[in-house]
Amino acid sequence: MKNLLLMTLLVLSSFSISAKQILLGPNSNSQEEIQEALIDLEPGDVLTLEPGEYFFEDGISLDVDDVIFEGSGIDDTILHFGDQVSGAQGLLVTSDGVTLRDFAVLDAKGDAIKVIGADGISMIRLRTEWTGGPKETNGAYGFYPVESKDVLIDGCVAIGASDAGIYVGQSQNIIVKNSVAQYNVAGIEIENSYYADVFDNLASHNTGGILVFDLPDLPQQGGHHVRVFRNKAINNDTDNFAPEGNIVGEVPRGTGIIIQANSDVEVFDNDIYGNGTVNLSIVTYGYETEDENYNPHPKSIQIHNNRFGDGGFDPDVGTGELAAILFELSDGDMPDIFWDGILPMNQILFGQPDDERLIISNNGDATFLTLNPIKYLLPFFDPVERDIQEYDGEVRPLPEVILN
Amino acid sequence: MKKTSLLLLIVFSITSLYAVDNELILEEKFPKKLSDFHFFKDTHAQIPSKGVLPYELISSLFSDYSYKQRWVYIPEGKKASFIKDKVFDFPVGSALIKTFYYPIDERNLSLGKKLMETRLLLRKQEGWEAVSYAWNENQDEAIIKKAGKTILTDWIDFKGENRSVRYRVPNKNQCKECHSNNDAVMPIGPKARNLNKIYDYQDESINQLTKWMKLDYIDNIQTDLNTPVDWEDDSHSLEERVRSYLDINCGHCHISTGGANSTGLYLDLTESRPTHLGINKKPVATGRGSGGHEFSISPGKADESILLYRMISTDPGVMMPESGRSLTHTEAIQMIEDWISSM
Repeated sequence: MKNLLLMTLLVLSSFSISAKQILLGPNSNSQEEIQEALIDLEPGDVLTLEPGEYFFEDGISLDVDDVIFEGSGIDDTILHFGDQVSGAQGLLVTSDGVTLRDFAVLDAKGDAIKVIGADGISMIRLRTEWTGGPKETNGAYGFYPVESKDVLIDGCVAIGASDAGIYVGQSQNIIVKNSVAQYNVAGIEIENSYYADVFDNLASHNTGGILVFDLPDLPQQGGHHVRVFRNKAINNDTDNFAPEGNIVGEVPRGTGIIIQANSDVEVFDNDIYGNGTVNLSIVTYGYETEDENYNPHPKSIQIHNNRFGDGGFDPDVGTGELAAILFELSDGDMPDIFWDGILPMNQILFGQPDDERLIISNNGDATFLTLNPIKYLLPFFDPVERDIQEYDGEVRPLPEVILN
Repeated sequence: MKKTSLLLLIVFSITSLYAVDNELILEEKFPKKLSDFHFFKDTHAQIPSKGVLPYELISSLFSDYSYKQRWVYIPEGKKASFIKDKVFDFPVGSALIKTFYYPIDERNLSLGKKLMETRLLLRKQEGWEAVSYAWNENQDEAIIKKAGKTILTDWIDFKGENRSVRYRVPNKNQCKECHSNNDAVMPIGPKARNLNKIYDYQDESINQLTKWMKLDYIDNIQTDLNTPVDWEDDSHSLEERVRSYLDINCGHCHISTGGANSTGLYLDLTESRPTHLGINKKPVATGRGSGGHEFSISPGKADESILLYRMISTDPGVMMPESGRSLTHTEAIQMIEDWISSM
């Protein structure tokens, strides 16, 4: 017993001896100093940046597993990339088990923080911002983990991204919580991803607040199991400033939440209001694709126990097609919840399996609009249906995401 | 008797001085100076040591108009194995050596050159490792630069124009940005298909693969190689030249096992699906890299194709490749433009 204790102590102390903490402050050579320190880190090490402003001409990158790269606070340690001349992002992480915390990345020429192929990445109390306000020339993404597993984004702030403030793509096991996304085209976007919990976030003053998307022709697709709860998707009122060609360029100003072509999405206990086009949309992927493995239709979507407030009071009919179509169909009486009603042909003819049906329950006095595809195809029928009760049903809660 | 042994000693020490340091290639830490490896008999003149063999690729990756000289080192008695469409599987202890330089004047190469950096890929026990050494002012030694280095330099191009470049020696992580395949560091160039051409070794002019077989670097290869063409040689079809250029410049990253696989845009020579080659393919996470265009390649519309837009740009948030380039490759742009227009 004593021996075991002694051994544990030895192991612990040898670990603490080998793990280093490196402390750096701002100076005229920060670029090289920080990059060199990031390269020389060893697993277990911590690199700490003192409060101050750090200026970079080139992107910096981290490729060592199990290290912490931290600043001294979201408003205290500022990494400036406004004069960047090379590197497609401010900070790039390509290793596993990294924690980034307590600093800000400003005005990166491309993406602010990109993480590729990480098995475990924690981004805690970070800020990414383009300081000139919403502009087409801003970088695409603030937080951009892609092809990663066990992704935690907690207490972060994302402002001004010309695509999405917080974007998680082709990843699995994801938690995005306690974060703020403002003045981006998309506030928070979960794309082609599996098992994501998005909760306790504020998405406001974006073009669209929270997006759950799936796109074809990609290595990972068929996004599923996404829970969006206890968020505020409110007052999203910024004109779409995405460069054309991007899928988010189609999102109309004033969208609270959009679900597109995913399966098993549960949206509950959110506050959704102040969105001038529509508070919540459920839509099919709107472009032709030759990808046979791709399902463009949303299925098994559950919307329940949300608090909807005013919406649809200022539809952005000039962006994409959604707002204009909806405005026409609704005769200007825009709903809180819109489903385009598009189903695979066999389901139009033979009906939808029960467990794939859209469930809309207990959303107060939220209004609803959908299209009946058969009536839409036939003359003399009004395809618009507004009876929300038809979609009432028993909720089958999705499992909680637990990170490894 | 005494004299002979002294002579032998001298001969021995000279040979060992000119022999590559096999141990150093395998060591965990990189030496500070390039000369410590003894890859060159004469470091400044870049005269290779015994066993260090020069090679060329049929088409080469654009690196801001720099010139490149390449050598391969395989430890004596060992062999690399052939894998179709992939880089040779080099034995532990091998080294790939590449020196980047600018001629003083492209119109008259005898005026000399300025060595920028020498990049090494070393095949260690656990796999490949990449490192770069930047040349000093005197051009007699190159010093390790793990964090990279920026060098402002200029040269006179083949039209007689003064050109200048903010040349970036990549840091260790940036090496991996391009040299990453299935998450491991991998060489890009030395695939059999890229070496399948005549090279003028001083003693003979012979196909490089034949030479490697003669030297017992590799076993005989008996299969079709998918040999690319020299993209600068306009006796080949436009399609072949473009695909060869895209392969060597983009295909190591834009491949299902490469760093850009999440884009679904695949540009390696073996890709044949039109959408994945970019034809009428919508961008995924391109941001302002789209330049307002809808597709990677819009057939017939070069000026509405994202691929070309990003090749022309020198804005770090837009340009492709993401690193290793700060100038526009005008000649290749023209070719790609012609190709898209002809679709």
